[in-house]
Amino acid sequence: MSGVRLLVGTRKGAFILESDGTRRDWTVSAPLFGGWQVYHLKGSPVDPNRLYASQSSDWFGQTIPRSSDGGKTWETVGNKFLYDGIPGTHQWYDGTPHPWEFKRVWHLEPSLTDPDTVYAGVEDAALFKTTDGGATWAELSALRGHSTGSQWAPGAGGLCLHTILIDPRRHDRLYVAISAAGAFRSDDGGATWKPITKGLYSKFLPVPTAEVGHCVHRIAMHPSRPQTLFMQKHWDVMRSDDSGESWQKISGDLPTDFGFAIDVHAHEPETVFVVPIKSDSEHYPLDGKLQVFRSRSGGNEWEPLTKGLPQADCYVNVLREAMDVDSLDPCGIYFGTTGGQVYGSADGGDTWTAIVRDLPPVVSVEVQSI
Amino acid sequence: MVRVELPYHLRQLAHVEPEVALDVPGIVTVAAVIDALEARFPMLRGTIRDHATGARRPFLRFFACEEDVSFSPWDAPLPDAVARGVEPFTILGAIAGG
Repeated sequence: MSGVRLLVGTRKGAFILESDGTRRDWTVSAPLFGGWQVYHLKGSPVDPNRLYASQSSDWFGQTIPRSSDGGKTWETVGNKFLYDGIPGTHQWYDGTPHPWEFKRVWHLEPSLTDPDTVYAGVEDAALFKTTDGGATWAELSALRGHSTGSQWAPGAGGLCLHTILIDPRRHDRLYVAISAAGAFRSDDGGATWKPITKGLYSKFLPVPTAEVGHCVHRIAMHPSRPQTLFMQKHWDVMRSDDSGESWQKISGDLPTDFGFAIDVHAHEPETVFVVPIKSDSEHYPLDGKLQVFRSRSGGNEWEPLTKGLPQADCYVNVLREAMDVDSLDPCGIYFGTTGGQVYGSADGGDTWTAIVRDLPPVVSVEVQSI
Repeated sequence: MVRVELPYHLRQLAHVEPEVALDVPGIVTVAAVIDALEARFPMLRGTIRDHATGARRPFLRFFACEEDVSFSPWDAPLPDAVARGVEPFTILGAIAGG
């Protein structure tokens, strides 16, 4: 691998940031899909030049651009995300039944083996799949049809399916996370699902240990240990070593365990990164200091990483999809902020530089090592 | 030919100029114009009317001869000046947002 490509989704378009393996000098593309919200872009692991993007607008709905040349040119593919059958209702903020209504795609997860197969996590929460490169999409409706589906309620950002993980050792094992329904696992390619929330505790719920209702913000997995999952919940950083069957709290000595983003080092499965945010009411770092925290022990013991990051008067947020790692050596870590900065570290988090400072608010950062 | 004025985002999506000319067969109605527009520019499907309901997206309005026809029946004939291409059929996005 000789370089890195960052696919950055923002509130007003997408940008592609590229560098060689040194990761010192970067090029920043002109805006792609200018004026549209781009919640996520992601490339196929088997064909890195095959990219998919979620381009949406409150005015004009959802479209899906696809590139076959690494983002130089794009074509618009299918955008028909229709719920399977009669959609029914989920719970609204006020507790009343509310019909399922498609709003946008939050996350695109290409297959590990086929560039034409992609999973899409959408709001209102559902999982869709294409096997023809995005021309057509079909809902894997057993998820939304789970017996708890009518109880799912939105978080402040909507009832969104934002995390999709594919087990690299058995591709029929899928994990999804939904705000604010919780986390689910399928062992049969999406035909059936079970909540995986044992050990989660959410004090805002009438029953804090309920099976569903947890506001899971993000789940991360290292491909060499797919049975181990790391979760940033609304509050609490959690860990599972049994494929989500049970969870343990690993917030340890973090100064606050509220946050959105979480990721795992590319070469060290026990090295985890989070960006603590002050609270669920104050979505910015503690004390105006932007700090990434790293645990080299799989949680509980955390160290702040601050070199090169603003340590005064910084009140940006880092959203759930806005952090990723490259697979070069040493591992690079990248994250984007709601202030439009994209920061990168080419040394495992020890030092940081701003790759670009003035983009629109960053929603997602996806890394390709190419 | 029927002239259709498109808002910026849809122009960008369809890679066209602000106005497109469409051959609309039969009686020129809102439905017929949208049908013809989507047939010519398939990437616009779902961006003007919702895929699931077929309804006009709530942040969009339709204008013809300076009249708001957003709430007119979709199968009602549009003004003759629009049908003859003297006046455009305008799709307008809400002037709002950050």
